[in-house]
Amino acid sequence: MMKDNYRIASYCHIKNNEISLNGALIFKGEGPFKTFIKMAYQHFAVDYPKFFKMDNLSKLAFMAGDVLLKHEKVSPEQEENIAIVFSNRASSLDTDRKHQESIQDVTAYYPSPAVFVYTLPNICIGEISIKYKLYSENSFFIFDAFNPDYLFEYSSSILDSGKAEKVLCGWVDFDEENYEAFIYLVSREGSFIHSTEEIKRLY
Amino acid sequence: MGDIKQELKSKIIEQLNLEDVTVDEIADNDPLFGDGLGLDSIDALELIVMLDKDYGIKLSDPKEGKKIFESIETMANYITANKTK
Repeated sequence: MMKDNYRIASYCHIKNNEISLNGALIFKGEGPFKTFIKMAYQHFAVDYPKFFKMDNLSKLAFMAGDVLLKHEKVSPEQEENIAIVFSNRASSLDTDRKHQESIQDVTAYYPSPAVFVYTLPNICIGEISIKYKLYSENSFFIFDAFNPDYLFEYSSSILDSGKAEKVLCGWVDFDEENYEAFIYLVSREGSFIHSTEEIKRLY
Repeated sequence: MGDIKQELKSKIIEQLNLEDVTVDEIADNDPLFGDGLGLDSIDALELIVMLDKDYGIKLSDPKEGKKIFESIETMANYITANKTK
């Protein structure tokens, strides 16, 4: 099977006010998510003003993707054939709640367009795709918990079919103040084996 | 009129999440879209909601927005002439 040949080039974790890359802590922030992610934005000199218009889930996914893709020297200026397959448990619930609050009172019915556009979880994929000019396959799955078996099969299938050269894959979940991102890049080259056991170990 | 311009600048920065922009950096005649503040189509919708919510102005024709939202100056003039609250 071809899929045995795939590797994990890099992986990134964001959780508990910490960002790590390939298992090494590269940034530690403080405070609530809003404060922490702004500190990370400044620390990594992201310089992408649209970041501050994103919802929390997109900020989380974008930051993890940006850290990993920069490390892999993926250029925002050049079109790349990288698919994105993300998953989570809470879907876009954090933003859905904000939208619900804005339409709760019929006498003060002012839904915010800027909030509404983020009431789908896969919008976070779009935010990464816009910056890095990724026009390839993308999917977002909702699971009860991190599902390495499914992600392994799905990303292997995309690569087997030749629909993409690499797959940015993983888990990005945000609900109230609980958040976690674990994403990794599946490629033909890399230091880590692409297998469910290895994905579980890295996670 | 000066007060409403300052108020609009603060509201735009806060509601449109313009993180690195200060009130002093927005001139009254700066274009809000394109080369100016670089607002986008979703921002335009936010401004329409803001007119309704904060000033009681309902834009029946979204095309009107193009002229109204040209700059802080044009917005302030329109709001002063049409506000109902």
